[in-house]
Amino acid sequence: MNKILLIIQREYLTRVRKRSFLLTTFLVPLFFIGLYVGIIYLTKKSFDDTHGLVYIIDDEGSVATQLKSNKNITYIQENKDLQTQLARLDSEDKNTSILLIPKNFYDTKKAEFLSSGKLNISTQKEIQNDLSDILRNHQLEALGINISHIDAINSEVAISAKEIGIDGDTKESNTEVAMLIAIALSVLIYLSLFLYGSQVMRGIVEEKSSRIIEVIISSVKPFQLMMGKIIGIGLVGLTQFFLWFLLTLVLAGVASTFLVSKDELSNQLLNGSAQNTVLTDAASADSTMELPQSEILNILQTVNITEIIVCFFIFFLGGYLIYSALFAAVGSAIDSETEASQFTMPITMPLLLTYALSFGVLINDPHGAVATWLSFIPLTSPIAMLVRIPFGVPTWQIVVSASLLVVGFILTTWVAARIYRVGILMYGKKATLKELIKWFNYKS
Amino acid sequence: MLEIKNIVKQYALHRALDDVSLLIPEGKIFGLLGPNGAGKTSLIRIINQITAPDSGVIYFNNEILTPQHIEQIGYLPEERGLYKKMKVGEQMIYLAQLKGLSKQESKKRLSYWFEKLDITNWWDKKVEDLSKGMQQKVQFVATVLHDPKLIILDEPFSGFDPVNAQIIQDEILELNKNGATIIYSTHRMETVEELCDNIALINKSKKILDGSVKDIKKQYTTHTYTVDYKTYSSIADNNLFHILDNKQGVDAESQLKIKLNDGVTLNQAISYMLDKLDILQIQEIIPSIHDIFIEKVTTNLSEHE
Repeated sequence: MNKILLIIQREYLTRVRKRSFLLTTFLVPLFFIGLYVGIIYLTKKSFDDTHGLVYIIDDEGSVATQLKSNKNITYIQENKDLQTQLARLDSEDKNTSILLIPKNFYDTKKAEFLSSGKLNISTQKEIQNDLSDILRNHQLEALGINISHIDAINSEVAISAKEIGIDGDTKESNTEVAMLIAIALSVLIYLSLFLYGSQVMRGIVEEKSSRIIEVIISSVKPFQLMMGKIIGIGLVGLTQFFLWFLLTLVLAGVASTFLVSKDELSNQLLNGSAQNTVLTDAASADSTMELPQSEILNILQTVNITEIIVCFFIFFLGGYLIYSALFAAVGSAIDSETEASQFTMPITMPLLLTYALSFGVLINDPHGAVATWLSFIPLTSPIAMLVRIPFGVPTWQIVVSASLLVVGFILTTWVAARIYRVGILMYGKKATLKELIKWFNYKS
Repeated sequence: MLEIKNIVKQYALHRALDDVSLLIPEGKIFGLLGPNGAGKTSLIRIINQITAPDSGVIYFNNEILTPQHIEQIGYLPEERGLYKKMKVGEQMIYLAQLKGLSKQESKKRLSYWFEKLDITNWWDKKVEDLSKGMQQKVQFVATVLHDPKLIILDEPFSGFDPVNAQIIQDEILELNKNGATIIYSTHRMETVEELCDNIALINKSKKILDGSVKDIKKQYTTHTYTVDYKTYSSIADNNLFHILDNKQGVDAESQLKIKLNDGVTLNQAISYMLDKLDILQIQEIIPSIHDIFIEKVTTNLSEHE
């Protein structure tokens, strides 16, 4: 037992002390914070860019008063002549423009727009909308229809999606946010299972090819070495996640204090709707971005973050233990990493398949038969279950899935250990599947 | 020290060890000889409990060998290897701890050994920065650091230059003098006679010879002698001995090679020769372990064919 601890300690310390570990630990949160800050900055910038100052020369007379300034456009009525206005256009920045309303605007339905630079499409569209509203009102009035009646008619239907929990509570659910979280979880667990699993394999190949393996297993049992390595690297993974979590919190704090002033940040968040229309217009962005950010924050509060974090750790650990045992068996059967692919392919197949499905079937139908079954099978459940969890999964299913994961882990470790103990002493020949089965059957 | 009884190890298509029994006496240097692929490494792995035999038992100081004995065994495998990226001192301490030593104790002993071999400045070097010979030296220290009662050395001199080989050889002899039993596995015979008290010869999975070096040599004497003499006089085969060769030098020493017939003592032969030759020196031709090895292995080979 004491020796397993020694092995865990060595595996852990040699990896944590590596420069690459420190680098990824600090760079990944920095990258995400950078992304976050960058998005806020760009949104703010595009808001500034698109904000237009429009001087109106209204020859018609009644139009200018009806144009109301909003967040994107400031309308200023000026009765100076065109020449002075044009001179002003040159001296001011490119977001300033002149709107010329001709005398017979209601008949010609035309207006002229003058700007020094290329006009922002969204500004132009907005002005166009405003003008056509005025035109419409004018026409309705001409037809003798009371505008206030029209405004009173509201045919919009609001559908609010509510989720009924087992306890009968309803809570507001948002499928889009759940999808986003599900995809993030899927990517995160897929990458980490792969990353840390193959680290186990690489460690074993290193011991085998450097031949230190024989010295070590003359001191400890192969099983102790294998488990020590798996646990040690698993702890490295947990440390990395923990540090990422911590650093992201700290950096987010620092970033919001220094990079963007706090007021501005909360302003940005509260006035999200404004930026978001800008974003959608500008880049017809992601559908989720259409949600006002304040609403996102509300919905995030309804998603059980603690449940997701706890489940992530359970399914990461379970999945890691299963896959690292398989990777360990592969590592023991090969002489160099270049031979690895032919063996890692079959064992990572379930992982790859579930990962691919998580962007389709799993996310579109998280409570369907495929998703439910995949979230029970130990090799696929780490990804499948995590994808389902943001959509709400009954606790009994999580418990059953986690228990099956433990059973799967014990089984794979048992099989892997039997192959491992023979494989690590076999040098210089390429193992076949038949040989692996033979190794498995050797008397210990 | 170690009693190996009827060990059989069967791999899928080939039997690595076929009913091998050996007795390794305490405090001796025991040479485990055999050509490549004879089964030496398989046997060593079984003694180290890296693999288990299909049948047979091993007694360690009259107790059945169990994992508890691991801490009393030091093993230097033929295929050397250390963690390349790890620092020398750290790695040595780790390996010693795996053999059950405390951290402080391993540090203390490591300083002793490093000073002894004059390699203290290697402590913080990474293994990959050492030359191959240096790595071998480090690995030798790792093998003996926990002061094992039984040291198993598989080709310990391979990769060493003559100077370092001598240093290591002296260390082995000193360890032995201080009470360690040593199993020395090799297929190079030069050092065997110099080092070993006892040997066993394994060939084709079977033990074909074992015993003390002295006894084995006695067993393989051919009763052949060289007789250096001055001046020639006629001498021919007779009922006492048979002349194998007679090199005659002009105005110089000549040498006669004789083989005694069965039951004839050297004294009888000498008295026969006394009035015929001016004897300068008589020497028995003792077969070297090397010769015995070659002879046994090749006859063993022809028996199989």
